[in-house]
Amino acid sequence: MTLDARTTAGAARSEDSLAVSENPETRISFWRVMVERYAILLGFLVICAILAILCPSFLSVANILNVLRQVSITGIMAVGATFVILTGGIDLSVGSVLALAGILAAGMQVVHQAGVFISVLVPLVVTGALGIVVGLVITKCRVAPFIVTLGVMSVARGATLVYSNGYPISGLTREFRFIGGGLIGQIPIPVIIYALVAIAGSIVLSQTRFGRHVYAIGGNQEAARLSGVLVEKTKVIVYGISSLTAGLAGVILASRLNSGEPVAGIGQELDVIASVVIGGTSLMGGEGGVFGTVVGSLLIGVLNNGLNLLNVSSFYQQIVKGLIIVAAVIFDQLRRRR
Amino acid sequence: MGESGAFLVMKNISKTFPGVKALDGVTFEVQKGEVHALVGENGAGKSTLIKILSGAYRPDGGEILLRGQRVEINTPGQAQQLGISVIYQELDLIPHMTIPENIFVGREPARALGLVDWREMGKKAQALMASVGMNLPLNIPVRKLSAAQQQMVAIARALSLNADIIVMDEPTASLTQNEIQILFRVIEKLKASGVTIIYISHRLEEIFQIADRVTVLRDGKYIGTWPVGEVGVDHIIRCMVGRDLKEKYPRERVPRGEEILRVEGLTHEPYFRDVSFSLHAGEILGIAGLVGAGRSEIMRSIVGADEKDSGEVYLFGKKVDIKSPHDAIRLGIGLLPEERKLQGLILQLDVRSNISLPILDRLSRWGFIRRLLEYRAVVDIIDRLGIKTPSPEQKVKNLSGGNQQKVVFAKWFLRGCRVFIFDEPTRGIDVGAKLEIYKLMNELVRDGVGIIVISSDLPEVLGISDRLLVMHHGRIAGELRHEEATQEKVLNLAFGGVA
Repeated sequence: MTLDARTTAGAARSEDSLAVSENPETRISFWRVMVERYAILLGFLVICAILAILCPSFLSVANILNVLRQVSITGIMAVGATFVILTGGIDLSVGSVLALAGILAAGMQVVHQAGVFISVLVPLVVTGALGIVVGLVITKCRVAPFIVTLGVMSVARGATLVYSNGYPISGLTREFRFIGGGLIGQIPIPVIIYALVAIAGSIVLSQTRFGRHVYAIGGNQEAARLSGVLVEKTKVIVYGISSLTAGLAGVILASRLNSGEPVAGIGQELDVIASVVIGGTSLMGGEGGVFGTVVGSLLIGVLNNGLNLLNVSSFYQQIVKGLIIVAAVIFDQLRRRR
Repeated sequence: MGESGAFLVMKNISKTFPGVKALDGVTFEVQKGEVHALVGENGAGKSTLIKILSGAYRPDGGEILLRGQRVEINTPGQAQQLGISVIYQELDLIPHMTIPENIFVGREPARALGLVDWREMGKKAQALMASVGMNLPLNIPVRKLSAAQQQMVAIARALSLNADIIVMDEPTASLTQNEIQILFRVIEKLKASGVTIIYISHRLEEIFQIADRVTVLRDGKYIGTWPVGEVGVDHIIRCMVGRDLKEKYPRERVPRGEEILRVEGLTHEPYFRDVSFSLHAGEILGIAGLVGAGRSEIMRSIVGADEKDSGEVYLFGKKVDIKSPHDAIRLGIGLLPEERKLQGLILQLDVRSNISLPILDRLSRWGFIRRLLEYRAVVDIIDRLGIKTPSPEQKVKNLSGGNQQKVVFAKWFLRGCRVFIFDEPTRGIDVGAKLEIYKLMNELVRDGVGIIVISSDLPEVLGISDRLLVMHHGRIAGELRHEEATQEKVLNLAFGGVA
């Protein structure tokens, strides 16, 4: 074969592979992406199917709405936590922030006799601002998110106890209780709020510049910075979002319980992080999304509910939940290795 | 072909990745005790072949014969047991550990109760380092060693594993001229003691200096093997690219325009001090100097990636205050960083997101990305730069090195800056891709852009620059025009002499 002939053959080959790449190869990767992305969903559906067979009441409309309502509080927090974890950070303070928001909302209602609007606004402003402070400490003072949010977890819990003297604040107005307890049609309002938060979170992450910056920072902070991403600003906003969703969840919870509970949400940060991780978002950052988180939250909720319906002791439920978290991460590792 | 006599034979090796046939029936033979160079453009299949030899990948077809025996290499551990050691371009040393710890990591000599026998370990390490001609303090972390010294540690480790085949992947990419000579002496020594070396490099001059035979791969196919004495560089290049390369450095003269960028008295201790220079439209300004002379650091300070102690930056005669790369990009200064994997790319994101990252502000309205606009821009630049990727949705980590570098370029070409700073733009990429990059630079200066190029490849900076600044120990040691610059003058300045 002469050199020329080889050259043309080579050129033809490379053109070929380019032309081909437009079609079948993208399709292969498309299917692979589908399988990878929706494996969690598949697992979720399998669990639902098993529960439905074992326990026919599982699929009743009343039970499904019940599960959704139970999931909504953790689910809303998990949407915010997804942002943080995508940047490679962590927010341990969300359980305490939830309690702080709840007690503030109840305080506004009972102590200050405030209307619904103020009772919702004040906790949201306070928790949002708290998140921004957390973000500023993390970025400006360069303290690890784990440490800062661990500190804030304690600070927010303490503030809650100080504000309430350690007692629940009960006796909220009917209008305010509508937020957590009301229905639109048959659907509980917390579920509607959850859906709206999840959709908004998903759109922000996938469609906006800010969302792309979140992924870029989690993937490679230095490369993102050199590409002109304002890393610090983005991170501050991200912690603000996480704290704000925890605050929102706290307001809903107080409304539903007709009481601000100073001990609400203890240990809940772990359920929140578990939802995100089971949903396939990498703790290293840069990969994952809100869709997975929603499925992760639902999976935990369905498991709890199903095991309840099957009269399995809640002690066993803890074991099952723990195993599923570890299994999800193992699966994630295997997927990554390919 | 004397198959019986060959020490190592990789026979009819094939390997397919999604979308790419990386190796297509390649046969590769190595004789005992030779230095065998393996060359080819990026994506030719060299890395894949080596990864199969080292057990990192499993071939789809073919077999490996070692000393005439068929062997299975399914894990890096098996490769080590067979005496095959690979020294990768990105050295896999543990930066905060010492030389002995690195050499014996996972195989520390133990005393009773499993305690590490530090003295024994130190002694062995010293002997190994001596065998590669290095006498270094053993108790300092390897990150404090120079690139060349770190390389020697990696070689010492390979020797401690009783390797009789050592594969070196681009060993000179981050070495200075002097360090390269040290490495070559070590290679000669290893060869004399019967070690077989497979040497991968893009620097063909080196191959002619050090190798006995050379094998060329192209597009995943075996092209040929020759003793280096029997062929010329031209022949090898022709085989690699499949065509003639007329010119190595196609430099175009463009009339020098107005001053774009001026730097005055820039200082950042201890990296560099009192640095002043200017850059004009249509000019390529080369920055030469030894590794560690402060070249990259100056550029990082200019774009706000690092701080500065003092000094001013002027853009079109106006003083500018650049606090972050974000500011620099807004002002039209783009830095293409030195380490593409660490600084240039987000490996687990797709090609599209990587390319569009610096221009998202232009591609979005009300903060929302206009996906169609983004897609068009990205597909267009992929096409223009000839980036080989199955689709814009492919993750960048799945591309070959040269194509990754092109993705970094694509980012900044789309951004369209008035000043481009290229830090080691052609490191680790092949002849053909280099040429394309030079042509792109020419295109840019024709449009009135100013370019600063940092390069450790001396012929390259000499070939492409209109003007050359030589750095020595954090200062500008001298300035040379294209016409007067020679390798000798540059080296003289770089080592602290006068031109």
